[in-house]
Amino acid sequence: MENLGSLAILLAFCVAIYAATASVVGRIKRKPFLIVSASRAIYSVWLLVALASGILVYKLLTSDFSFSYVAEHSNKTMPILYKFAAWWGGQEGSLLFWTFLLSTYTTVVVFTNRRRHRDMMPWVVGVLATLETFFLLLNNFIANPFRMLAVDKLITRVQDGQGLSPLLQYPAMAIHPPMLYLGYVGFSVPFAFAMGSLITRQPGDAWIHTTRRWTLVTWLFQSTGVMLGMAWAYHVLGWGGYWMWDAVENASLLPWIAGTAFLHSVMMQEKKGMMKVWNMVLISSTFFLCILGTAMTRGGLVQSVHAFARSDIGKYFVTFMALGIAATVYVILDRLDYLKSESELESVISRESSFLFNNLILLASCFAVLWGTLFPVVSEAVSGEKIALDAAWFNRLMVPIGLFLLLLTGLGPLFAWRKTSVESLRRNFQIPGIASLVLVGGLFALGIRHVYALISFGFCLFVALTVIMEFYKGAISIAAKNSMNLLRAMIELTHRNTRRYGGYVVHMGIVLMFVGFSGQAFNKGDTREVNVGDTMNIGVYHLKVADIQMGDTPVYQWHRATVEVSKNGAFLGTLEPEKRFYMASKQGTSEVAVRVRLNEDLYLNFGGMSDDNQRAILQAYIRPLVSWVWIGGLVLIFGTLVCLVPSKVKMQYARTEVVGITKSHATIEN
Amino acid sequence: MKKYGKFAGLITVVVGTMVWLGVTGGKQSQAYYKTVNEVHDMGNKAVGQRLRLEGNVAAGSIQHVGSQTEFVLEYQNTRMKVVYTGSDPLPDTLKDGAQALADGRLGPDQVFRAGSVQAKCASKYESKPELSPGQPAPNINSGKSSI
Repeated sequence: MENLGSLAILLAFCVAIYAATASVVGRIKRKPFLIVSASRAIYSVWLLVALASGILVYKLLTSDFSFSYVAEHSNKTMPILYKFAAWWGGQEGSLLFWTFLLSTYTTVVVFTNRRRHRDMMPWVVGVLATLETFFLLLNNFIANPFRMLAVDKLITRVQDGQGLSPLLQYPAMAIHPPMLYLGYVGFSVPFAFAMGSLITRQPGDAWIHTTRRWTLVTWLFQSTGVMLGMAWAYHVLGWGGYWMWDAVENASLLPWIAGTAFLHSVMMQEKKGMMKVWNMVLISSTFFLCILGTAMTRGGLVQSVHAFARSDIGKYFVTFMALGIAATVYVILDRLDYLKSESELESVISRESSFLFNNLILLASCFAVLWGTLFPVVSEAVSGEKIALDAAWFNRLMVPIGLFLLLLTGLGPLFAWRKTSVESLRRNFQIPGIASLVLVGGLFALGIRHVYALISFGFCLFVALTVIMEFYKGAISIAAKNSMNLLRAMIELTHRNTRRYGGYVVHMGIVLMFVGFSGQAFNKGDTREVNVGDTMNIGVYHLKVADIQMGDTPVYQWHRATVEVSKNGAFLGTLEPEKRFYMASKQGTSEVAVRVRLNEDLYLNFGGMSDDNQRAILQAYIRPLVSWVWIGGLVLIFGTLVCLVPSKVKMQYARTEVVGITKSHATIEN
Repeated sequence: MKKYGKFAGLITVVVGTMVWLGVTGGKQSQAYYKTVNEVHDMGNKAVGQRLRLEGNVAAGSIQHVGSQTEFVLEYQNTRMKVVYTGSDPLPDTLKDGAQALADGRLGPDQVFRAGSVQAKCASKYESKPELSPGQPAPNINSGKSSI
């Protein structure tokens, strides 16, 4: 079976090369048969990769420990869900998973566009097939998942496998990588369309319309993936936080930021015909950041707590990216004329300019994160000294940037296109502005002196009120016209323009997340060595250690503390943080106990036993408002889903559209 | 062209602020990656510098003294004592033999005081599979010397 798997990916590699070549040659030489055969080749690649993946998954599920990959990432006692998740638990498998998703996407693209975009599709297929070729190259020759264990050329097997790291045996972790990968891989499609459109000098914005939904879905996956990662860190790693600016975390954030900028700036192109070059640059950056992200997690490009220990796969990624970026830059520069803007900026206080600043800030933050992440690599190349930047550096930069973005979230959507009058500014911003000032004043009077937290709460209320007012104003007029109640009118309003109102809901999600982020300013923590009967106080809580137990299961040993929590003498319940030690992997994990409330979480971690084994090390944390991060995330997901619902009323934007360029461009070049 | 002047001004302010934040913050936030033996070779120059010390946790060296944790990092036969002074819990991956990064400063007493410690996250850390004794199984097609 291993031979069949190896053969399948080898064949897929050859077929992908054929698809890329046939598609492009067919387009240039105008040979329809070649183009059609390339499409069929794309389907074949999917079949072959699916077969290879099926074999690997089957071997994982049936625990065939003669497979080196199975022996390293699975064992007999693992639940079936994690046996399946082991597909993306290690390097070889996750790269195969990448290829599988990519070929699935490519197949969907080819199938759904089989009668559309005849002009640019061959190039789209060409770009995607080239990408497939690259990943299949890795699957075949660098990180082959079908390696066997052998002694003296005889295939052998081990009794039991290593098992997936216990840290990863957590439900959110089983779906977090696929979500991120769906995001990472998904951005290849809009990129391929952008390139196809550019290479064939398509008139109009067909590539944007075709891939808008696609981009949104991809962005949704990416957002979900990043948030699941945060939730996992918070609930599993036991340090009471969800983001530490680690290289791999940043790798997932970078394409998300660039993708967010892209989602905003395409609106400028759709509605005003502006920022065309910029959009090309943005989608290309997003795509290459996705590849960079994969290289960082899979290739050990940057020292990270997550990165693989040994791997020389990084240089393949670097080479591929260098070639890809060079080609992209060439194409964009060569077609600059065709990307001329159709109108220009008129006023600093306008929707256009708010988009411009949104983009500027997002890109700047993206660059800052990239700079900080790659700083050890850059400094080593420049000065020979490997220098790291710590989380404080990131926070120093990203907190003000984040706050400014938050403010723009409130201001931008209410600025009018072209130019905003003072009267409309006053009408839109008077109530939210005054309310936020009152809130900040009130919080200050209550004794909150943390500047960033004050600003953040002020902005949060400001943005929330502008969003609510937008819904309210729209719904009131619909309710009056159609004699509906307000709630139905709001749904009707949203349904009429899902993009706009879904977007508002996403903004609301961001506001709620910022409320959660601001809670960090009031974090408290304490660590004590405790014995049964000992007490400790943290925040308003009184903790009493009722019991400390230990025990064994076949898979792990555990220590558990039973802690009684009370507040002002009233008993609230017990929390049982636990420490586990997995025998197979010789690794400990923390099963934290969290009392989740909307205002604050009480977070207990069993740090371990003291050296004389007499006392337990108990770590207690207060994490104010952290729940709002997760709630905001859910609201953001809901809002994105609303955006994906087709609008009831088809919006027509009056704008001149360039439908052809010059004589030489109008004829299809050979 | 007046409006473009305004745009240029605003953009300069925004970008300028960020560069200023990044550069001034960089000084305090920089830590040099050094292995234990490199720090040892630096002698007194290393004292007081912000460093990210890399090494492997010496077997059996992790000790809890009060609420403090101490351990020894070793790299190429050089050893250095590390005292963890941070408040966050140490990672579960910090165990004997683990590859660890300690972020902090070296004291004049040659004890390294770390405010944070990272150990190779198990998620992506590929350890060598351990076979039961009497089962040597060199991997013929992966090119690894041993598995």
